[in-house]
Amino acid sequence: MSAEKSRFVPELTKGIFRENPTFVQVLGMCPALAVTNSVMNGIVMGIATTFVLVMSSLMISTLRKVIPSQVRISTYVVVIATFVTVADFTLQALLPAAHHEMAAFIALIVVNCVILGRAEAFASKNPILLSIADAFGMGVGFTLALVLIGSVREVLGNGTFLGHQVFGPHFEPWVVMILPPGGFFVLGVLLLGLAKLAEVRSRASQRRSQTTGGEPR
Amino acid sequence: MSAAPGSPRSEVLRLVATLTIAGLFSGLSIVIAYRATLPRIQANQRAALERAVFEVLPDTVRLERLTWNGTALAAGAAGQGKLDESIFAGYTAENSLVGYAVPGSGAGFQDTIKLIYGLDPSGARVLGMKVLESRETPGLGDKIYRDTKFIGEFRELVVEPLIELIKGHGEAANQVDAITGATISSRAVVKILNQTNAIWRPRIAALAAQPRLPGSGTDPANPAAVPPDLERGGPIPGGLAGEKP
Amino acid sequence: MSAKLLTIFFSALLINNFTLSYFLGLCPFFGVSGRLQTAFRLGIANTFVLIITSLATWVLNTYVLVHAPYLALIAYILVIASTVQFVEMVIKKTLPTLFRALGIYLPLITTNCAILALALFQTTRGYGLVEGLVFAVASGLGLMLALVLMAGIREEAELSNVPRLLRGTAMSFLIAGILSLAFMGFAGLFGGS
Repeated sequence: MSAEKSRFVPELTKGIFRENPTFVQVLGMCPALAVTNSVMNGIVMGIATTFVLVMSSLMISTLRKVIPSQVRISTYVVVIATFVTVADFTLQALLPAAHHEMAAFIALIVVNCVILGRAEAFASKNPILLSIADAFGMGVGFTLALVLIGSVREVLGNGTFLGHQVFGPHFEPWVVMILPPGGFFVLGVLLLGLAKLAEVRSRASQRRSQTTGGEPR
Repeated sequence: MSAAPGSPRSEVLRLVATLTIAGLFSGLSIVIAYRATLPRIQANQRAALERAVFEVLPDTVRLERLTWNGTALAAGAAGQGKLDESIFAGYTAENSLVGYAVPGSGAGFQDTIKLIYGLDPSGARVLGMKVLESRETPGLGDKIYRDTKFIGEFRELVVEPLIELIKGHGEAANQVDAITGATISSRAVVKILNQTNAIWRPRIAALAAQPRLPGSGTDPANPAAVPPDLERGGPIPGGLAGEKP
Repeated sequence: MSAKLLTIFFSALLINNFTLSYFLGLCPFFGVSGRLQTAFRLGIANTFVLIITSLATWVLNTYVLVHAPYLALIAYILVIASTVQFVEMVIKKTLPTLFRALGIYLPLITTNCAILALALFQTTRGYGLVEGLVFAVASGLGLMLALVLMAGIREEAELSNVPRLLRGTAMSFLIAGILSLAFMGFAGLFGGS
């Protein structure tokens, strides 16, 4: 139990940075690009995906010893599709405007590789608490990525953030950013920036280990 | 699968049982969620529809759905029929007919444009137009629903002989000024209106020609009640052969 | 009538290309599109699965889901996955040449989001049997077109001197962005003329 406890925090945080589903694993691209023409859509999609991730991980982890391995994938798909349908109905009831804008892409959460990936790679092998931590971390990481992409696209492409004007009235929106090509461009540039960041970091740590190598403090 | 070593039969049974239980669980949760959210979802859809209709038919407070059954317009569609075979008659608080809200759709610049527009009771003038769905280019084509001047052109717009799109400044009562930089989207809207008019104006005319004026006999408390004489129907008057879509 | 079918066809093939405009089927687009030959075969397999999906969706919508619309999502995913697997088995037995050509891609494609998206779009747009089939063929060819274009560009890019940081995913995204931009030029092909 204590081993489980000590793993809880790292399993929770790994999805946010170190193994971020969008930027590091490059999974679930379809919703990450299709709905991020505004911040609000990114948030709604992120929350819906997190809900499905956590619920299906909980379910699959609880039943991991009962489900025969031959039919595990079909069972996972049934479980995931169920929670997506529930999320779909809930959104339709509570946020009809947002649902109207994203309609098909909410249903497409079913085929988001992140969810089936977590079910197969983590929840089917780990205890309930850790699976929930893992799923929640991945969900938050995914949501943050969507919000980041959505912010860049909405601010540049529409001059607004969450619908609020951020530039003066003379700002000419960079429309291509909220169009499909903008999605590819923004994610490409963000990945490029992250690669640069990783390189700078690894170089800095190399240098540090070289200079401080001889004298342990 | 059934050729598994050991006890193949119990193995198969276990697989089937797992899938059955998963199916049962899933069916149960979905039905519960569906039941729980259905009233809200329907209320949302109704509210969205009413908002759109009230916008294109000024002073409307009450709606009546009229569905084309192949020969005539009948009030109160049974169940949730296809929207593109229905129009909505709008009434004021005094129960007088404002006009008909007609949904239409057609190809735009990027994708299908769906819109709804109001026709006066005689079907001669457009009272208002609202775009319901489009993926037109932001900043250009999306002016068909953002540009208030363009939307304003569809108030009191005469539809005979056809609505015309004019680049520059249209003076005649049946002319609409195109949006600069979004001519194709503007033209698409006008085309949708003309095409939809060709279908629905004869039907509305046939309804008006019937002995009972729509709305006059309906019980305000129960707008979906179908007076039996409405079932009679009649042939569509011709004379619109020239208005090819 | 045929004008409507033509509109559906070119809209799905070019203007609203599944990959470049709706971001569907990106996994194979970035994962497999390194080789022209592979991309071409994957495209064919994709089109094939889409056609089966369209048929299955039509059958479901017409005969089953009218009674239980809330089961739509789960029915699509299960029926499509099992139909594709069934057809795969039949082809393996009867047409081994075709099976070898489609290869390992058939099972992979089932979990591709383009497949489920086709079922959903076909339903929300109210396409009938013929319209659905035209839509499926056009979407499949659209996916193939994007895959083949991407593969061609990437084969060329391998020979050129690309900055180290750009190599890999980042460059693929930027190329896809430019392709998507180019495809935007097809918009207005049908607009209100």
